[in-house]
Amino acid sequence: MDPLAAIRETFFQECEEQLAELESGLLAMESGDQDPETLNAVFRAVHSIKGGAGAFQLEALIRFAHVFETAMDEMRSGRLAATDPVLKTMLRAADVLADLVRKAHGGDDTEHPLAAGLAEELKALSGVAGADDEGGEEDWGDFEFQPMAVAMDGAPEAEGPAGFVVSFKPRADLYAKANEAALLLRELTRLGPAEVELDAHDVPPLAEMDPEAAYLSWRVTMTGEVDETSIREVFEFVDGDCELDVSPLGGVQADAEGAADAAFDLSALLAQAQADAPPPIAVAPDEPMPELTPEPAPAPVSAPVVALNPTPAPAAPPVAANETPAEAQAAGGPRKTEAGAGATIRVDLDRVDRLIDLVGELVINQAVLAQRVMEAGLARASAVAMGLDELEQLTREIQDSVMAIRAQPVKSVFQRMPRLVREVGAMVGKPVRLVTEGEGTEVDKTVIERLADPLTHMIRNAIDHGLESPEKRAAAGKPAEGVVKLAAFHRSGRIVIEVSDDGGGINRERVKGIAIEKGLISAEAQLSDEEIDNLIFMPGFSTAAEVSDISGRGVGMDVVRRSIQALGGRITITSRPGKGSTFTMSLPLTLAVLDGMVVSAHGQTLVAPITAIVETLQPKAEDVHSLGGHARVIAIRGGFVPLIDVGMALGYRRDPLEATQGVALLIEGEGGSRAALLVDAIQGQRQVVIKSLEANYRQVPGVAAATILGDGRVALILDIDTIVTVSRGDMRKAS
Amino acid sequence: MSMTVLTVDDSRTMREMLRLALADAGFRVVQAEDGIHGLEVLQAEHPQVIVTDINMPRMDGFGFIEEVRGDQRYRGIPILVLTTESDAEKKNRARMAGATGWIVKPFNPVKLVDAIRRVAA
Repeated sequence: MDPLAAIRETFFQECEEQLAELESGLLAMESGDQDPETLNAVFRAVHSIKGGAGAFQLEALIRFAHVFETAMDEMRSGRLAATDPVLKTMLRAADVLADLVRKAHGGDDTEHPLAAGLAEELKALSGVAGADDEGGEEDWGDFEFQPMAVAMDGAPEAEGPAGFVVSFKPRADLYAKANEAALLLRELTRLGPAEVELDAHDVPPLAEMDPEAAYLSWRVTMTGEVDETSIREVFEFVDGDCELDVSPLGGVQADAEGAADAAFDLSALLAQAQADAPPPIAVAPDEPMPELTPEPAPAPVSAPVVALNPTPAPAAPPVAANETPAEAQAAGGPRKTEAGAGATIRVDLDRVDRLIDLVGELVINQAVLAQRVMEAGLARASAVAMGLDELEQLTREIQDSVMAIRAQPVKSVFQRMPRLVREVGAMVGKPVRLVTEGEGTEVDKTVIERLADPLTHMIRNAIDHGLESPEKRAAAGKPAEGVVKLAAFHRSGRIVIEVSDDGGGINRERVKGIAIEKGLISAEAQLSDEEIDNLIFMPGFSTAAEVSDISGRGVGMDVVRRSIQALGGRITITSRPGKGSTFTMSLPLTLAVLDGMVVSAHGQTLVAPITAIVETLQPKAEDVHSLGGHARVIAIRGGFVPLIDVGMALGYRRDPLEATQGVALLIEGEGGSRAALLVDAIQGQRQVVIKSLEANYRQVPGVAAATILGDGRVALILDIDTIVTVSRGDMRKAS
Repeated sequence: MSMTVLTVDDSRTMREMLRLALADAGFRVVQAEDGIHGLEVLQAEHPQVIVTDINMPRMDGFGFIEEVRGDQRYRGIPILVLTTESDAEKKNRARMAGATGWIVKPFNPVKLVDAIRRVAA
């Protein structure tokens, strides 16, 4: 890739990080964070975006970021108080900035419909409304050095005498800032023919010499075609740290006489200048300037430099602007502080996946080896068996460590939610505050990516359906602002994510009514509160009729449940009338391994995901009822669920297994529907490495993936939802 | 041997742009993410010139310059301040702290290299 294009990508990546920091900082301030470092971080975020945008000439982005930055700066300097309305405006501005960044990334650097309005609001905050600071463009159009103010009293006329006389007398400050008289003179001589005269009159006797002081001055006569601006530009950095006079040649001849007696020829002078000028401060004795030859004119001042303490002012190293480095480190932005310099590397995801794949192979190989060793009948205490134990432990550790590489904090998906909450809240006219917890909780990257949609949907749902209107809340004695909480934590090897609201809770009468009306349950059904709450996950519960602009989009909670289940997760809801509802999702930490129940069906070894299994039972003859054909149901605690013979469903056998000969796995599939899978026997429970069947063969209905067992045989992992759906279809046909 | 330039900037984008511009000009480039990191790299790499940003976490450019100027070993190293601030106040503060010169972001690579050559032998 062209290096600039690569940097451009880096810029947009970095923008995303800055935008996240900007938003989380503003939200922290909104909830009372007064740490000045938070404000600084927020300012830096906008500032950096503007800086990078400048480099890539993204005009619309630059303009908006500039106005935003100005308002931020007002806040930082204390002229603008960080009140709630101000922060709300800033948050909206952050949203627009995010949009502009994404537009620019897509190659569209045009105005944003909301940008102009928000820019005005920001300007009003900064007190620069109306007449202003069109800022952006002027400041940014000129990418050159800022030309210094030039006193043009002696502007050269076209016909005037070519050339100038430059009188230059450095002050001690000039050297203290590591500027070099010699370099300035060198630069000057590059502009054209020049005659340099040194004035060393002020150099005191050695004993009286102050090594920090500046004693020398120069007079340079430039006779070539030079203009005053270029001359002054040479001295741009030392303006104020020297006495400088630039006069046109002629008419000032008399002045030149003053220094005439100190004049030497040019080359000697330059050598002298180089030798003389630096020593007072600029060059540490042990580190000579690269171009400086040691021989010429051992400067009278160089000896004392070695002897004297050259540090005039503070004996102790000065402290950073406001805080000691340690404090600064402690107070620093979380990202930078935690990561530390060079503590992270960026790695291509493919490489990590390849590694994970290989480790998966390693795990399988190790299991195969273990089984072989066992079959060989070696004693547990034999060297081989013990070595194998160690290998097993190591393999497991490697696997965990490699999985940890893919693990990421859920922060990346959580941080997309505040904006959603603002927008949805504004759309439905409900003030909402989002509270997040456990953003640092880590889970596999793929899981995180696939969490965004269900979470978005649930949060929309919580605001739209969960929270009451401000009036109702007032009537119930609740604060007008509703709270939606998003929390993540680890529990027994899984990640649990909760979305809760402090709204009115589920209206069970209404939910039950809808379910009856839609024919999802019978009117006589006796359901517990929990069962009623979980009806909302049933396919067909939410229909187009109640699809609102916000949570609708034709997607019901059944879709949410399905996508969570596709990740090997489960979702439940608990609700308390008047207090609110909580959706709880429990997900595996990785999609690379699976907790499986190893079963056999017609001589085949299969794996069922444990998360789908509710319980296992031994069917009794009296509980199994035939529906005609091969279709059977089994009575479980007063209800009937379809009994599906896995061996038949996958085509291993033509005639069904006698139910009492096998074991039934009660499973909960898509939409909470239950079924019992009949298998021959249960072999055990173990963690298996998932191998894609699609990648290695092709998609097979009823089979989700494959794995390799300890004995080296391939075992298929069941796709429970498909098996249940297909069998249901068969059952309908049968009945 | 080519001259070593230390760039101190918290923005990855800016660091990469600096590296590109400076490496093209034949400089050896070493980088740091903020002032504190800059002081560490300074000690390890002995650069001949420093180019630093102002707005940075942990230790900003002003603090960094003061630290460098306060250290006898490094006080002679020219420091160019790289900042989007074109306002005089920031520039003056940087100069008070001991900055040798300044470059206005977004920088022109040629001018950047010129400025470095102007302050470094």
